[in-house]
Amino acid sequence: MTTTVDPPRMSRRVHDGAPVALLLIGVAVALFALIPLLHVVQYAATVDPGVAREQLFRPRIGMLLRNTLGLMVACVAASIVVSVACAWLVVRTDLPLAGLWHVLLTAPLAVPAFVNGFGWVSLTHAVEGFGGAVMVVTLSYFPFVYLPVCAALRGLDPAHEEIAASVGLTRAATFVRVVLPQLRPAILGGSLLVALHMFSEFGALKTLRFPTFTTAIYDQFNTTFNGPAAHLSSAVLVLLCLVVLLVELRLRGRRRYARTSSGSPRTADRAPLGGLRWPVLVVPVAVTGLALGVPIYSLVHWMQVGSSTGNGLDQLVPTAITTVSYAAVGALLSVVLALPVGLLVVRHQSLAGTLVERSTYTANALPGIVVALALITVTIEYATGLYQTAIVLVAAYLIMFMSRAVVSVRASLEQAPPVLESVARSLGLGGVATTWRVTVPIVMPGIGAGAALVFIAICTELTATLLLAPLETQTLATEFWSQSSALAYGAAAPYALLMIVISMPAVYLLSRTTQGQRPGRPVTP
Amino acid sequence: MSVLDVRGLTRSFGAVRALAGVDLTIADGEVLAVLGPSGCGKTTLLRTIAGFMPGDAGEVILGDRPVLVEGRSKVATRHRNVGYVPQEGALFPHLDVAANITFGLDRAERRKADIGELLELLGLDPTLARRSPHELSGGQQQRVAVARALARKPSLLLLDEPFSSLDASLREATGRAVVRAVRATGAAALLVTHDQNEALSLADVVAVMSAGRVVQVGAPLEVYARPATPFVASFVGSGSVLPATITGGVAVSVIGSFPVSGQADGDVGLFVRPEQVRLDEAGEVEATVAGFDFYGHDACLHLSVGDHEVLCRVRGDRVPGEGQRVRISVDGAATVFERAT
Repeated sequence: MTTTVDPPRMSRRVHDGAPVALLLIGVAVALFALIPLLHVVQYAATVDPGVAREQLFRPRIGMLLRNTLGLMVACVAASIVVSVACAWLVVRTDLPLAGLWHVLLTAPLAVPAFVNGFGWVSLTHAVEGFGGAVMVVTLSYFPFVYLPVCAALRGLDPAHEEIAASVGLTRAATFVRVVLPQLRPAILGGSLLVALHMFSEFGALKTLRFPTFTTAIYDQFNTTFNGPAAHLSSAVLVLLCLVVLLVELRLRGRRRYARTSSGSPRTADRAPLGGLRWPVLVVPVAVTGLALGVPIYSLVHWMQVGSSTGNGLDQLVPTAITTVSYAAVGALLSVVLALPVGLLVVRHQSLAGTLVERSTYTANALPGIVVALALITVTIEYATGLYQTAIVLVAAYLIMFMSRAVVSVRASLEQAPPVLESVARSLGLGGVATTWRVTVPIVMPGIGAGAALVFIAICTELTATLLLAPLETQTLATEFWSQSSALAYGAAAPYALLMIVISMPAVYLLSRTTQGQRPGRPVTP
Repeated sequence: MSVLDVRGLTRSFGAVRALAGVDLTIADGEVLAVLGPSGCGKTTLLRTIAGFMPGDAGEVILGDRPVLVEGRSKVATRHRNVGYVPQEGALFPHLDVAANITFGLDRAERRKADIGELLELLGLDPTLARRSPHELSGGQQQRVAVARALARKPSLLLLDEPFSSLDASLREATGRAVVRAVRATGAAALLVTHDQNEALSLADVVAVMSAGRVVQVGAPLEVYARPATPFVASFVGSGSVLPATITGGVAVSVIGSFPVSGQADGDVGLFVRPEQVRLDEAGEVEATVAGFDFYGHDACLHLSVGDHEVLCRVRGDRVPGEGQRVRISVDGAATVFERAT
């Protein structure tokens, strides 16, 4: 007696190729997302080698390279240590109030790094320089590692650890030889995000007086406008980003980490901390205190004692309205652009679809300053009328943040497999009714979450907005930046607090949704 | 009258002929199983009948309505009024059980619909109506999917391997409950499956498919007892094919001589089921026990007769030792295929 099992139903989908119109729209979206990268490549290919040599082989460039790479390595290492320790305590031990700590350890994502930097430096100048930069950048971005590591720890099959114990390994040896290797994809994915965010970080590092490529490009742009120095530094920065992407891909390898057996996994027991249960609270208290407590205390402090408190407060509401308008338009358009990309990838698997999706992710890896610089050059060259208009600024937002919408749209479309639409049609529904009663209700929550992520990213974007915003246009971030640069701390603080308040709901959402994620899947950058 | 008529249906995907001219008829209220190995085209057949894909040539007639003519779809899925139950059940995750079941009904019908009755028809507790799909077991999900398909009172229900994702223990009970419900509503059903037990035990008629063709249609008993081709014989159940020679209406083989009528003289293949072969001390044929598969209630002996292997089913408590010499006899008629293997 033989029972054969039909192969997975994928083969059926291969036959229906993607509609040409959808493919064309997808390719157009991809080309749009690739504008900055194509511009950098084109510039690097056509630049006069003599000029390039003269600009690049300078001691200053060497210093910037050392600073940028040194900071990146230190921040990634510190993020890993902090994240793995905190994640293990929260997920796998009987730490008191673990649920609360989980939300608080995610919350630093709601505090823009430049606000965090300001919070520290306005209290003490001791944080200027390398050490301070490492601390502030780590405290701002470590949740990118913490969240996937938590998800991976939750997804671990306790059977592996039980087997390790049965062959005589100690708890510590089990952690190093069984748990840590399985956290590897999560750690790598998160580290990649920390490195890329560190490369694009402008505001915090400027505040902490620690020059990297990004701050240098900004200065070069301000002094020489569209000169070769800024463009060449920008090309080097892009190169750094690509190297980091490739290193991560290489380290990740092709090994499978997922559970291999069938059946639903049990959840692992929490290790009792015993007498250390209360003392160990020092760790989450210290981390959240430094990452959240200090900047928020600082903002509240300056609002109370700052001499400029109350100045320009009448501008708060109009600035907030401007910011929210940009963010709403950006979020809406990013979803509109993400839909064809998601449909292409989920419903019509093809090489072209994958390439289109990947190109939207690539743009996300580019620092805001590179995107801004490229858009300035491209508009001046090909569309002068658009220079310093809202259109270019929104375009920059879309290029930078569209991938967040793509990730969400893709995930939610996967929740609505075509078989559901087949069933609806067999029950007598037409195309429009099927979309309205089946696809839309299933897909909407995910798409809404994606739009919310883009909305918040735009609300707190500083670098590209500084360079691209039309004259007289101020957002919460730029207004905070100009007030704090002018040392008007009291006037700057309300803008920062408003940005934090706007970001809070999305961060809470992130702390919830990553709970059921598969290990190794990076959270939305 | 027939509920479904498929005539000369063909469909190719590139170089692959998924349907190579299929003819099939389902009578009113009949449960027909399309049985075949993976890749034989049975799912393509079902999806074409449902209207999810066109054919290349051929006709599909539902009742008296031609819905597919010369390979082209004339009636969209939603107007065909066929119930469709996919392998995964595919309950709408955003709707509860009741809303899933009434999904295809219009507002007035929805108010009148007796969800409890439908649930009970499928052997489900009516209190499940307010549950979400993820709160149901796999078997319950499949039953709800069938209830949803039956709610619009289709004349034909299309079941695409609806039980294959279930555990073996659940599969039988779910299958029986579904067929009972289908019969109670008076609908006909087309059940696509690769599981011979499912097809033989649930269906009134079994259509065996291979390489895009229907190779045999008949009642389960008939298909099992008189397989039309060696493929059907080995796919539906097991057995032994032995070389034989027909002379004057008698087939002579190593396990004895069998009268066969209407066969020309020559070399043929002789097919016997394991349960036809008996250990019999008075038997004329000598065999050696080469090995056996033990199943508890019974066992299947692999016997060597000369250079040939013969399968023999015996009671679980009557298994001879390996290497033992036994005598056998064959009970009942043997099936003859052209060209020996």
